[in-house]
Amino acid sequence: MREELLAIIEKNSRIGLNELAVLLGVEEAAVLSELETLEKEGIICGYHTLIDWDKTSIEKVTGLIEVRVTPQRGQGFDSVAERIYNYPEVRATYLISGGYDLLVVLEEKSLRDISNFVTYKLSTLDGVLSTATHFVLKKYKYNGTILAKKQEDEREMFTP
Amino acid sequence: MTKELSNKVLAIKPSGIRKFFDLVSEMKDVISLGVGEPDFDTPWHIRDEGIYALEKGRTFYTSNSGLKSLRQEICNYIKKTQNVEYNPDNEVIVTVGGSEAIDIGIRALVNDGDEVIIPQPSYVSYEPCAILANAKPVIINLKAENEFRLKPEELLNAITDKTKILILPFPNNPTGSIMDRADLEAIAKIIIEKDIYVMSDEIYSELSYKEKHVSIASLAGMKERTILINGFSKAYAMTGWRLGYACAPKEIIKQMTKIHQFAIMCAPTTSQYAAVEALKNGDDDVAMMRQEYNQRRRFLLNAFKEMNIPCFEPFGAFYVFPCIKEFGMTSEEFATRFLQEEKVAAVPGTAFGDSGEGHLRISYAYSLENLKKAMERMKRFVERLREEKR
Repeated sequence: MREELLAIIEKNSRIGLNELAVLLGVEEAAVLSELETLEKEGIICGYHTLIDWDKTSIEKVTGLIEVRVTPQRGQGFDSVAERIYNYPEVRATYLISGGYDLLVVLEEKSLRDISNFVTYKLSTLDGVLSTATHFVLKKYKYNGTILAKKQEDEREMFTP
Repeated sequence: MTKELSNKVLAIKPSGIRKFFDLVSEMKDVISLGVGEPDFDTPWHIRDEGIYALEKGRTFYTSNSGLKSLRQEICNYIKKTQNVEYNPDNEVIVTVGGSEAIDIGIRALVNDGDEVIIPQPSYVSYEPCAILANAKPVIINLKAENEFRLKPEELLNAITDKTKILILPFPNNPTGSIMDRADLEAIAKIIIEKDIYVMSDEIYSELSYKEKHVSIASLAGMKERTILINGFSKAYAMTGWRLGYACAPKEIIKQMTKIHQFAIMCAPTTSQYAAVEALKNGDDDVAMMRQEYNQRRRFLLNAFKEMNIPCFEPFGAFYVFPCIKEFGMTSEEFATRFLQEEKVAAVPGTAFGDSGEGHLRISYAYSLENLKKAMERMKRFVERLREEKR
């Protein structure tokens, strides 16, 4: 049940307990206790909402910043990463294999805010060797959801 | 022209639900539960392989029986799922949908007057295909109390000296009923004893929600007398690609190939390349779709339970077949009123044979959102009908 439960709520976290029980073919109590366990184990980390901000009047700019850093003895990349991800404007931080070390996703109100963050906060951190900033121009698909277009049911009537 | 058209064709009734669908197409904002095809798009990697085949200029005919690599993958798949071995060189034919395989399979087997046993409710094309082949359809009316499974005594009663083929349509459209191993063993015993052929239409085999689907071809002594039909439409959401196949003893495939080569030439090439990819790398997609269908199936069963409408639990395909006898209307009357008053289209059970009377076919090849709306309307409708009766 665990995997199927996660698959459902990953797509729809607002789904009610009784509906979950119906879809999974189990009792409500079982769903509830499994959800609590998943939360306790830190497997479910939050119930967020996917918002396409571009369709609102609120300005948001997303930057992807490649960061090369010097690993610290005994800590590897973790301590530098921590100093970066603690900033609330940082939406995501990944350790990446290949040409650079950390990928930092930043969400700000304007290009200048991102530029300020990179110039004054990120690149001045101890251990940060260099940065390369990319701005997101358009989001086509995010978290498995296609933002670009709404799909319609185009199936035609036919005789079975 | 004054010369008359073929009497045989003229005598065939157009499909029973045509009229109903015409009504649907005239109305606006109808929630349909009527379509018998997946609501998923074909998985992208499969579509991509079709596109790639076009880009590469693979726009030729394939060999009549289909691409060698596809026939090989089909045999691997049957071996993997049913542990039955077919020779890709002469025991498989790739067809234009499972429906072509039904047609040419019947034509390859019957002589004038031979009897073809067709359990109903079932897919609508077996009966006309038998008639067009100058065979005589013999209908078995499956019973709701048996959950629309075929029982050995029902089969025995239908068999005569003229019986040539039993059509075995499980998992079943429209009932969702399945036949498990024990059910099939009882049937196989009779088939072997009476020495007849089986055409096993297993197009919904991947959509089984209890245990894995068992093919009658995998039972002892059955492979040599079975035409196993399957295809890509339902499992991989590939209806529009028009691709199916039949596996059978080489003597039968040889005759089927003759009809196929003169009528069709070969199945669409682009689709065949895409199908190779589907069989090679499509298992995860099938599992994902099966899981979602299964959730919708549970949702509908629960909805009918809450409405107090009897509905046996179907373990296959993507249909439920609730019983609406309590309302004292025929299936067609019920479906028509449901459509006119609540704008929900569900197919009357009688479209699939007389034994579908008193039932509706509800397809769950629709998003959960859609199904929820439809069930709200159904609840309202049913409550109103019960109110009227009081």
